[in-house]
Amino acid sequence: MAKPRLATCSLAGCFGCHMSLLDMDERLLELIDLVDLDKSPLDDKKCFDQPVDIGLVEGGCSNEHNVHVLKQFRKNCRILVSVGACAINGGVPSMRNLVGLRECLEEAYLNGPTVEDGGTMPNDEDLPLLLDRVYPSHEIVKIDYFLPGCPPSANAIWETIKALASGREPALSYRLRKYD
Amino acid sequence: MSDARISLTVDGTQIQALEGQSVIQACDAAGVYVPRLCYHPDLPPAGHCRVCSCRINGRINSACVTPVSQGMVVENDTPALNSDRRVIIEMLFVEGYHLCPTCEKSGDCELQALGYRLGMAAPTLPYLWPQRELDATHPEIVLDRNRCILCSRCIRASRYEDGKSVFGFEGRGIHMRLTVDGSALGDTAMAAADKAAHVCPVGCILIKRTGFRTPSGHHRFDKAPIGSDIEAVRSVPKT
Repeated sequence: MAKPRLATCSLAGCFGCHMSLLDMDERLLELIDLVDLDKSPLDDKKCFDQPVDIGLVEGGCSNEHNVHVLKQFRKNCRILVSVGACAINGGVPSMRNLVGLRECLEEAYLNGPTVEDGGTMPNDEDLPLLLDRVYPSHEIVKIDYFLPGCPPSANAIWETIKALASGREPALSYRLRKYD
Repeated sequence: MSDARISLTVDGTQIQALEGQSVIQACDAAGVYVPRLCYHPDLPPAGHCRVCSCRINGRINSACVTPVSQGMVVENDTPALNSDRRVIIEMLFVEGYHLCPTCEKSGDCELQALGYRLGMAAPTLPYLWPQRELDATHPEIVLDRNRCILCSRCIRASRYEDGKSVFGFEGRGIHMRLTVDGSALGDTAMAAADKAAHVCPVGCILIKRTGFRTPSGHHRFDKAPIGSDIEAVRSVPKT
């Protein structure tokens, strides 16, 4: 039987959840025995070309590109997991939700203490349009499971992937369930 | 409270209580943990948060404001009640701005600990992103209303323990906010030694320059779930 396929993406996050995944050390060898890695920043595969069993989403949706990638993941992944605080509630990027987008950009690019000569607001057509606020993944698409943490520990990620790849519901023990 | 002993049944186990005790006090003394947020053993109960709701003699009531009575039948640790409690915790998470990774109360926070204990992986209700005021005017205390869960512990502690009435509520329903007796916390009689500064279950009222002193993994709820201390005193039922 073919191994389950695993895809991952990093949206508005810090890539820390991916680093935590890599932090499972020698269990990475067990992981590659357990699943086949599909589209992921780790192998730089650009597009989905076959159905994937497990999709791990790191990061919330801060811009339209994040939304596009997340929808692609939902379309192509049988099971989609929100991984980490940013995917779950917006995380640190969501701190801008309390300020407002315009105010936030003006402070960063026009009025900030390190801005010289008046500054300019980035407005290149190649830049994805920012959303009015940062959205958790489950407010954009249906999410099947949540793996909390900032980042979730390597143990928590390992236990979750192991459960899903074996066709079980992931259930974290008390020690592995962390929101920070 | 008199010395008259009465007996009641909690989740099928008979426990002894003193007349005049509330259900939650009787359960605490018997080593039965009833999840709670606004209740604090040193303060008069308020019945605000409804997390301690139990099925008492067939009806849902808050255990903190219901006095015990002879022969009372209490259901506490049931899947249905714990599911309701988990939804209350979820609602509190999405109503405020509870970003655990950046909060210095993380690991000692009772809201977070209840999420852990009740099995909440993540809140799934829509986030409300409230715009609430942060008050850092006091030299020793910071008040971050984004994390306030309106439990009223600080209000009761300030009024009944400190004799100051520094805190109060304003507004109603979803618009209810914690307010202070002055233009800002720095203008009030609040002191860092006050009881009101040390009863907040979340990271709303914090003492400045004390955060992050305890390393991650050594906080109150890092090793054992909330309520473990109460359950540890559970006596073996006498046969």
